[in-house]
Amino acid sequence: MGLLSKKDSKLISDPLLDNNPITIQVLGICSALAITAELQASIVMSISVLFVLGVGNVVISLMRNIIPSKIRIIVQLVVVAALVIIVDQVLKAYAYELSKTLSVFVGLIITNCIIMGRFEAFALGNGPWRSFLDGIGNAAGYGFILILVGFFRELLGSGTLLGYAVLGDPIEKTGLYAIGYENNGFMLLSPMALIVVGLIIWVQRSRNKALIED
Amino acid sequence: MEHIELFFKSIFIDNMVFATFLGMCSYLAVSKKVSTAVGLGAAVIFVLAITVPLNWMLDQYILQPGALKWLGAEYASYDLSFLSFIMFIATIATMVQLVEIIVEKFSPSLYNSLGIFLPLIAVNCAILGGSLFMQSREIATLGLATTYGVGSGIGWFLAILAIAAIREKIRYSSVPAPLRGLGITFIITGLMAIGFMSFGGMLTGGDEEEKSDTNELSVMPVDESNELTIQATALEDKLTQVNQ
Repeated sequence: MGLLSKKDSKLISDPLLDNNPITIQVLGICSALAITAELQASIVMSISVLFVLGVGNVVISLMRNIIPSKIRIIVQLVVVAALVIIVDQVLKAYAYELSKTLSVFVGLIITNCIIMGRFEAFALGNGPWRSFLDGIGNAAGYGFILILVGFFRELLGSGTLLGYAVLGDPIEKTGLYAIGYENNGFMLLSPMALIVVGLIIWVQRSRNKALIED
Repeated sequence: MEHIELFFKSIFIDNMVFATFLGMCSYLAVSKKVSTAVGLGAAVIFVLAITVPLNWMLDQYILQPGALKWLGAEYASYDLSFLSFIMFIATIATMVQLVEIIVEKFSPSLYNSLGIFLPLIAVNCAILGGSLFMQSREIATLGLATTYGVGSGIGWFLAILAIAAIREKIRYSSVPAPLRGLGITFIITGLMAIGFMSFGGMLTGGDEEEKSDTNELSVMPVDESNELTIQATALEDKLTQVNQ
């Protein structure tokens, strides 16, 4: 890590597991759950949040000394909203079908608590470079959970990954389906996202006892 | 009838928390006690009931493609809909601020119970989500938009009240240690959401033909300049069907 000091690289690695925004900080759950029925949507969502949080953190951090603290929430919202409009327009131009699937959830990145949370907790008190790393780290932690949930839901729910049939063809009974495997259509329903995240939390906290709440 | 239908639809079928997972952050964070949950829930109803109609007007008269027609014919080709995120969130943030000031001035007791939640609400996804869904579902009139706002607010209130009550009770159960707190709350919410899915057939009675009918009435397409003609032609179609 020639580029990053040890303290800086911790900013990226921490949110991935031990201080994960979704499972530990409980931030940004709204958008995480509704769009994870397909892996592709999860990946696009993660990239969008990565962009918004990385750039937004830098912008807020650069302005941190000139924002009056009374109206900082409105300033933050305007910065995020401007970035989200860019993301939304890019998606509409280059991935129209996908932007239809994500529908209002692109817009809801604005009120994604991760973003406001990191602005408040980090960017307002730290320099641009560290804020950038913090933004990237937290967005990556968010994306990690999103992609994990999307992976399991698409694999178990429709037997595909990114649209490719990885388990064989359910109609012609090839691959796993030949031995009687069936898709669990239940995984495609939105409530299962909550249950999958619940199970991820269970696994994570069993591995790291320090995280257990009483 | 349309209003009642949309009202119940937004409370039960399209429940903010259980169907679209909006406002989950505050839903999980503030649901440890019933009394605080009631406070936040009431504040959400209140703010949704104000901001959804307001944003509806904004959408209808400023943002939609061709919405600026009332300014003059040369503005008819303008499409400002890409600005809707920033306009909606600005409206919400200012309204929340305004409501806070007004409530503090005129009803200190209400302010004491609602006040601390109001700043939280500006960044609650349920509020922005209400406005965005109002836009994407193309709700046709101001009255319907208000109904939708109040209905989804009540749906959110119901959800947070239920989970808070369950969480108060679940403290006495022996949940596996790593699942305690957040984990079990997620799973309970998932199970409640599955339960709420059974409301799906409430308005249609499982009858497919009626379903397409209700969709047509409650969410009328607004892309044509005059919704009334659409309604009229729908009625005419029905009449001809009856005549035949």
